[in-house]
Amino acid sequence: MNRIQSSPQIQNRIDLQRVADMIEPGSRVLDVGCGDGALLDYLVHFKQVDGRGIELSQEGVNRSVSLGLAVVQGDAEIDLQHYPSDAFDYVILSQTLQSIYDVRGTLRELLRISRHAIVSFPNLGYWRVRFDLLVRGRSPMSEKLPYIWCDSPNIRFCTLTDFVTLAGEMGFVIDRIISIDHSGRAMPRDTVGRWTNWLAEEAIYLLSREVSPDSASQGSAEAPLPAEQ
Amino acid sequence: MTVVSKSGATTTGSIAVEPVVTGLPGHTIVLGDTVPLALVSGQRLGPFTVAYQTYGSLNANRSNAILVCHALSGDQFAIDPHPITGKPGWWETVIGSGLPIDIDRYFVICINVLGGCMGTAGPKDINPQTGKRFGLDFPIITITDMVAAQKLVIDHLGIDKLFCVTGGSMGAMQVLEWASRYPQRVFCAIPIAGAARHSAQNIAFHEVGRQAIMADPNWHGGNYYDHAEQPHRGLAVARMAAHITYLSDSALHQKFGRELQDRTDVSYGFDADFQIESYLRHQGSTFVERFDANSYLYMTRAMDYFDLAAEHEAILANAFEDSQVRFCLISFTSDWLFPTTESRQIVHALNAVAASVSFVEIETDAGHDAFLLDEPEFFGILSGFLAGAAELRGLDGDASGRTGRETS
Repeated sequence: MNRIQSSPQIQNRIDLQRVADMIEPGSRVLDVGCGDGALLDYLVHFKQVDGRGIELSQEGVNRSVSLGLAVVQGDAEIDLQHYPSDAFDYVILSQTLQSIYDVRGTLRELLRISRHAIVSFPNLGYWRVRFDLLVRGRSPMSEKLPYIWCDSPNIRFCTLTDFVTLAGEMGFVIDRIISIDHSGRAMPRDTVGRWTNWLAEEAIYLLSREVSPDSASQGSAEAPLPAEQ
Repeated sequence: MTVVSKSGATTTGSIAVEPVVTGLPGHTIVLGDTVPLALVSGQRLGPFTVAYQTYGSLNANRSNAILVCHALSGDQFAIDPHPITGKPGWWETVIGSGLPIDIDRYFVICINVLGGCMGTAGPKDINPQTGKRFGLDFPIITITDMVAAQKLVIDHLGIDKLFCVTGGSMGAMQVLEWASRYPQRVFCAIPIAGAARHSAQNIAFHEVGRQAIMADPNWHGGNYYDHAEQPHRGLAVARMAAHITYLSDSALHQKFGRELQDRTDVSYGFDADFQIESYLRHQGSTFVERFDANSYLYMTRAMDYFDLAAEHEAILANAFEDSQVRFCLISFTSDWLFPTTESRQIVHALNAVAASVSFVEIETDAGHDAFLLDEPEFFGILSGFLAGAAELRGLDGDASGRTGRETS
């Protein structure tokens, strides 16, 4: 009845490993849509974070709490409002953006309750996805978007360029971008340039409310994507 | 704390209680003999007796104690056969060797609440000033008072910080009170199927129960103790009504449906034709064997008066400000007496002060009583949360190594 898995199972989720790498040890972290708690468990035990989670699915919550994690059953779009401002250093929205109805409101809440937000999502601009629609005339399905159009929890699709535009409109600063290719490797930003939006299957953004000294020093190498046109 | 001599003036004006129930298994302690307990009602109590049970053993640095708070109809005999009825303890599925609250690992304390009738001071006890039973002259007890008395027991046991306080229903109210009033004394708190205040509907059900007791001619205004007949009928009806609220429509339907009791056809009379009637009558008649009718009045009243936010400028979050307590709230889908919305309200208040909180709603059709029944998912949550907390608390044992927790 105790833990079924004792070691964190994040090795096979490359995006989770990348997210974990962005987080300073010992910080306060909220994982929104934390699933079965794998990332949170890793962060708590290997980065000594003060970790909390919100998860919609009962099964995910039960598994997380059984691991000893502070996870509540709740809906990001309803429950974030109850957290005080600046309660966290990092809030994580990992592969959840695509199923959120009020994207703007949720992003605003994330960066109200936390200094930084880490947002990862599958890229609708990925070339195979575009190919599916352009050549095959089919709604895209891939490893990252595995659901058929009529039976998908994913209601919001965006490309990397879309997201960068939205973040800019909302006045958020992108401190870091990690683009991940089909083989799960982080793409070196300066070698792919404007092709990132074609080649990245998913991406992870580190957002903050205002320019931090970190992002200023990282400067051009991590600059937001230019528009394709 | 100022030390006051036994003959000191502080005990004047305090209500002394002489116990009538003695010789029960377990421990008793006399409290409030030097400094009386200041009750919320303004009265002062002491000396008075508190009865409690313990299971397992306290470790060397006294850090492995779990206080289990019992519900309205429970008592301190959580896992041993009841000394009056001989029935199994009310939480024997949860507390025990290898169970979620593992007595090989934790030291478990269960205290009969103030106002109770299993050894702790209550209305059936004797007022030494008159030499008679208190009856309704016993001071009104609140959840705050129950917890204040429990804290004196914990002080007496030399436990600086409880590893965990847990309990369901009225027990959950005590857990919340503990975490709110004595946050430095609690490492983690697990309120189960509880609420931060008693709802109007719940007060209404309690009032039905109380009126049933008071309407019994054998109640005699609460002074029934010297009479041959006790207000058993009233108390049984109160228990029957309350018992319905602990179950759910679907649980009743599945268990009893419209099945008839020992007959093939209805009697066209008022016998217990249906199994559910017979079941409720049985519940009522067994309850009166072990429970005092006046205690029932006092304990239901204590629950009615519970409103944690009201004590904190009507803002529940203020009850938990800067709390370092790790919370795990558990509710049950079919519980309509303490529905999930009540637990969720507490979760929101805890979120508002950025407290560490886990919250799980368990899918079950067993109703409010689910916390007393065999619910594997519930047990998994309990042991998982406790193991995680034990690791943080640095408790020795198999939780100290991550790999050691793979098998249970």
